[in-house]
Amino acid sequence: MSMKLAKRLISRIAFYTLLAAILIFTVFPFYYAILTSFESGSQLFTVEYWFSSFDWSNYASVLGEASFVTSIWNSVLVASSTVVIAMAFGLTAAYALGRVKFRGRGAVLMIVLSVSMFPQVAVLSGLFEVIRAMNLYNDPLALIFSYTIFTLPFTVWILTTFMRQLPKELEEAAIVDGASPMTTLFRVFIPLMWPAMATTGLLAFIAAWNEFLFALTFTLTNSERTVPVAIALITGGSQHELPWGNLMAASVVVTVPLVVLVLIFQRRIVSGLTAGAVKG
Amino acid sequence: MAISTSAPNNTKTHDGSPSGAPLARSRPSRIHRQRLRAAWLCLIPMLLVLAAVAGWPLVRTIWFSFTDASFSNISEYGWVGLENYLVYDDGAWYGVLADPTWWQSVWNTLFFTVVSVGAETVLGLIIALTLNAQFRGRGLIRAATLIPWAVPTIVSAKMWGWMLHDQFGIINDVLMTLGIIAEPLNWTANADLSMWAVIMVDVWKTTPFMALLTLAALQMLPSDCYEAAKVDGIHPVRVFFKVTLPLILPALMVAIIFRVLDALRVFDVIYVLTSNSEDTMSMSVYARQQLVQFQDVGYGSAASTVLFLIIALLTITYLYLGRKQIGGES
Repeated sequence: MSMKLAKRLISRIAFYTLLAAILIFTVFPFYYAILTSFESGSQLFTVEYWFSSFDWSNYASVLGEASFVTSIWNSVLVASSTVVIAMAFGLTAAYALGRVKFRGRGAVLMIVLSVSMFPQVAVLSGLFEVIRAMNLYNDPLALIFSYTIFTLPFTVWILTTFMRQLPKELEEAAIVDGASPMTTLFRVFIPLMWPAMATTGLLAFIAAWNEFLFALTFTLTNSERTVPVAIALITGGSQHELPWGNLMAASVVVTVPLVVLVLIFQRRIVSGLTAGAVKG
Repeated sequence: MAISTSAPNNTKTHDGSPSGAPLARSRPSRIHRQRLRAAWLCLIPMLLVLAAVAGWPLVRTIWFSFTDASFSNISEYGWVGLENYLVYDDGAWYGVLADPTWWQSVWNTLFFTVVSVGAETVLGLIIALTLNAQFRGRGLIRAATLIPWAVPTIVSAKMWGWMLHDQFGIINDVLMTLGIIAEPLNWTANADLSMWAVIMVDVWKTTPFMALLTLAALQMLPSDCYEAAKVDGIHPVRVFFKVTLPLILPALMVAIIFRVLDALRVFDVIYVLTSNSEDTMSMSVYARQQLVQFQDVGYGSAASTVLFLIIALLTITYLYLGRKQIGGES
């Protein structure tokens, strides 16, 4: 009996050790960035594992820099506009793909899926030409335009999945009442799609907020940059003199809002990521 | 960014006619036509946007790959044929396909893809199996595993760049305290280590995604065969390999393919963590360097086109294998 008890105890301990390892693995780097962001001066050059001070000077210096604040504003503008555009085109397309059976539907879905797999660099020179032609080079509008390439396909994809899950009876009732397809879409489906739209919008927002390659290539001056590029380009006197305290403070500033959003909406995000999926 | 992984379909198709509804014979067909028209009206804007942001730029990139266009003046160029790809001139081969740096970047990308996706799959499985058990605070840990996914890639590269710092980094400090290494390692600059540093960051960042998708698959498994296995006293490890793994394999494969396609186009983490070092340069980094830094749009476009072809080939294979799942009602 006691053997059995000991065995159970050991497996419990092993299980909780594993859990602790997972927790440390996922959370520690972010924790360490926060820890570093509150250190300054010589403190930075000794490795510490716990908070010993709360020095806000890194935050003050990062947020005191006009160009960094502008980048935050650019990121907010670009990411939210991208979401609105992806939603507008994605919702209508998802209605067609999710509710109506027509010839070529499979082909459209294939096209959408293929675009989501494009390597971004493969459209870089072509996009650059288009953006030049539209006179949008070094303008955040260029980013709103180009981000559609990845936000629109997955918006269509996820919204189509959710659109399909709505009961058929609603639509039939609308048809019997003589409603046109557009009325059905705007009066019946879209009001029911709010949860799905929130999920998809959040995923699109995060994707646009985090994008780097286009933002790096299509903007040139500090005042037009988004935060990932601003952070990537923070430099010190040399490779070995990077202002790590400032860098970590900036990193925390752009990440905390996302982490908070993700933690609040975690259930939705998981269901969005796995929407309709993985049934095998 | 990876997207959800299988086709939005499988549920019953909603065909135009409200079947079985006791409506007049002419009404369903009128309604059907109306619905078809509405469907295309709804689709065309989306298709036009995709053509403008993806189709046309892709065509232009392929076109540029046969020219000598330059980044500073992209509108003036001459046709050079296959010169950017491969050309034999004066007893030597030139072009992307003859460039050892390109082949180094191909090898780097493949190595990165295989090792990091492999590690993510195994770690993701372990995490998913752990989180699938019942315990207190499961929701909290599940939420915590989303954090790396939420951190922008650039930020995670910088965070790890600091943790891997040769003099003041915490990773070296931990390893030295544990007595694993005798002196600090220069993770991001040392040719033998820098690829591993990149892989480490990528694994940290994307394992949660793999774990979540695997967990979703695990939670859809029927519980009765587990009860049967328990009654029969079959060892859990055996149950895992004989029951669980085969059942979640299709879902796992979808997740793996998406991650592979994502890893093949890797850019940001490498660009930020190890700059333009040839030891870690990926195909995307190589192509962008040619395009922007060396201003050679023709040559860079040729490299981009090759990368596109590789990914397109894989995508087509994947769609072909999975067409029954994706096409819906074929």
